[in-house]
Amino acid sequence: MRGLILRTTIWIDRFHPDRDRRPHAEDYRVDVSWRSTTVLDALFQIQSEIDPSLVFRYSCRSAICGSCCMVINGQERLACETLVGDLVERYETVRIAPMRNHPVIKDLVVNMRPFWEKIRAVTPWIVEPKASNRIEPKASGVEEGNRPPERPPVLTRETRRAFHNADACIMCGACLSSCNSFHVSPGFLGPAALAKAYRFAADPRDGTLTERLKRLVQPDGIWDCVRCNFCVEVCPKDVRPMEQIIRLRRMALERGMVDDIGARHVTAFTQIVRHEGRLNEGLLPVKMLWRNLRALLRVIPLGARMFLKGKVPVPLAIRPRIGKMDEVRRIFRRRKEKLPVEPKASNKIEPKASNKIEPKASNKIEPKASNKIEPKASNKEGGGLID
Amino acid sequence: MRYALFTGCAAKGATPELYQSTMAILPRLGIDVVELVDAACCGAGVVRQGDEDLALAINARTFAQAERLGLPMMTICGTCQGVTAGARRALAEEGALERVNGLLEGNGGPYRGGIKIRHLQWVLVEEIGLKRLREMVRRPLAGLKVGAFYGCYILRPSQDLGFEDPANPQSLEEIILALGADPVDYTGRTKCCGFPLLFEREAIATALAGGNLGEAKDAGADCLVTPCPLCHMGLDIYQGKAERRVGRTLGVPILHLPQLIGLALGLSPRELGVSRHLVPVRRVLDKIGWR
Repeated sequence: MRGLILRTTIWIDRFHPDRDRRPHAEDYRVDVSWRSTTVLDALFQIQSEIDPSLVFRYSCRSAICGSCCMVINGQERLACETLVGDLVERYETVRIAPMRNHPVIKDLVVNMRPFWEKIRAVTPWIVEPKASNRIEPKASGVEEGNRPPERPPVLTRETRRAFHNADACIMCGACLSSCNSFHVSPGFLGPAALAKAYRFAADPRDGTLTERLKRLVQPDGIWDCVRCNFCVEVCPKDVRPMEQIIRLRRMALERGMVDDIGARHVTAFTQIVRHEGRLNEGLLPVKMLWRNLRALLRVIPLGARMFLKGKVPVPLAIRPRIGKMDEVRRIFRRRKEKLPVEPKASNKIEPKASNKIEPKASNKIEPKASNKIEPKASNKEGGGLID
Repeated sequence: MRYALFTGCAAKGATPELYQSTMAILPRLGIDVVELVDAACCGAGVVRQGDEDLALAINARTFAQAERLGLPMMTICGTCQGVTAGARRALAEEGALERVNGLLEGNGGPYRGGIKIRHLQWVLVEEIGLKRLREMVRRPLAGLKVGAFYGCYILRPSQDLGFEDPANPQSLEEIILALGADPVDYTGRTKCCGFPLLFEREAIATALAGGNLGEAKDAGADCLVTPCPLCHMGLDIYQGKAERRVGRTLGVPILHLPQLIGLALGLSPRELGVSRHLVPVRRVLDKIGWR
């Protein structure tokens, strides 16, 4: 059907703040070239030929600036790189709505303030290490004498690989628009900001990794992601924000930051698989919550109802739940033996704080960055992931 | 049609009715299975947060078991499907197989790569086919309004799953239609049930569950059906807490996919273990004439 011009209907959610209480869909007939008309082209056509009052945001028209993100047939996409013909083939009708999770200003234009607030909150720039904390040239892998010590390490191809594409973000907001956790919990930092946070956590030129992680493990941070995978699905640049959140979680766990219940979920779950092969739903909450008696007591009524329905095993009946458990234990043993020698990109960044948090150091964080951090991170059970 | 059945933890733990109903319908559907009784947990996306290679190794061990049987794997859990698909993709990356097989040494053999993993839902649509499924129905679920609840991991990321468009999936609705029931459309059908955060952030989890359940109810659903036992837990076990969170009564029964199929195939509610749910399914049974 190459080159074919077809007349098709496009439904657009319209909203005028002075006239409308809520958005309403209106349909427009447009002529599209099957293999070349983008949704953005169609919007221009509607604006110039049918209704000049239609409002939408755009700039580069070539999937670089990230301005024209909208919900197209139920999914966040860039209007400038989405072909109308593809949509018609897949969905028959074309439906366009503004981004979700952001207040609509008019028609397809939303207020991006929530997005930018989140980005700003994660210190999206490089903070040089303080003199006392500065990376010694040797430790950072830069040969001594090659350059003056005060110059930060240079970004290498190797280091860029550690970003895992988090640096490809064009800040279109597709991920935050689709984020399920953010939808019900507006305080959550969300996928874009956390992917950005990872990008700077993985940057060897930054000297504040521990401080960054300490802020990110607070409520509304990395442990508030529900892992719904929407952000991974909708990102037009394959940043895979949820995967970057998981990397931040791993970095925090590796540094013994296990105060959050989310972290304890990971350690408890892993230990149960190590000992029983399969999950023991009775034991998991006990292992996660034993230090918080009130939380534990709160899950008991529901646990009891589940028990009566034959839905939970007796928590303390720890036994292999699969055959050949020795094989699983062997994998865990081998992995544990291997772990300490595994080169971690992040170790290079902060030689001092890589394995344990020193309570003293955390007291000295710059006042601005640390206002939310509680200096009680003397937790040593980080290694408990595999014990 | 023969598969190596990977039950996952939930079917053997907190949702035993899933295992029971699966085993009840498989012979009737003509699906022959060998259960992977030695298979460990897939890690549920949790283990890999601490140690990626550890999670890959326990999955590679399971894949190798199916390979040795010479059978494709079948899952009955949406989360298992997503996690194993992700592990399968990660193991296909350069160097991963050698690295992870090193951890498997002495475990009966390495994983060779390229395992086929299909969820029961996909097997129904692709292998059995909707036409044959329709012919197998003994007790059409006429008049029953069913909301599909897909859950995240059977849809996203589509790069790993690749079965259908995560923005507009249709397979569950097609199955619901084949069983004689009416699918109900609501936007929550592809959203998150909240389960992964139930212990960590109950307020987020129950708001998600309550929001989706409320939407389904407003759309007129008599019940929801899900291919994922973790969604079942999030929506059934925690429905009471979700009601309190969103401030409305819901009372929406949640069925596992094999239970809905079983009812249409003429199996009794008892054989399908529906009495193990926390939200009673009486309303559903009344509507399709089980007294």
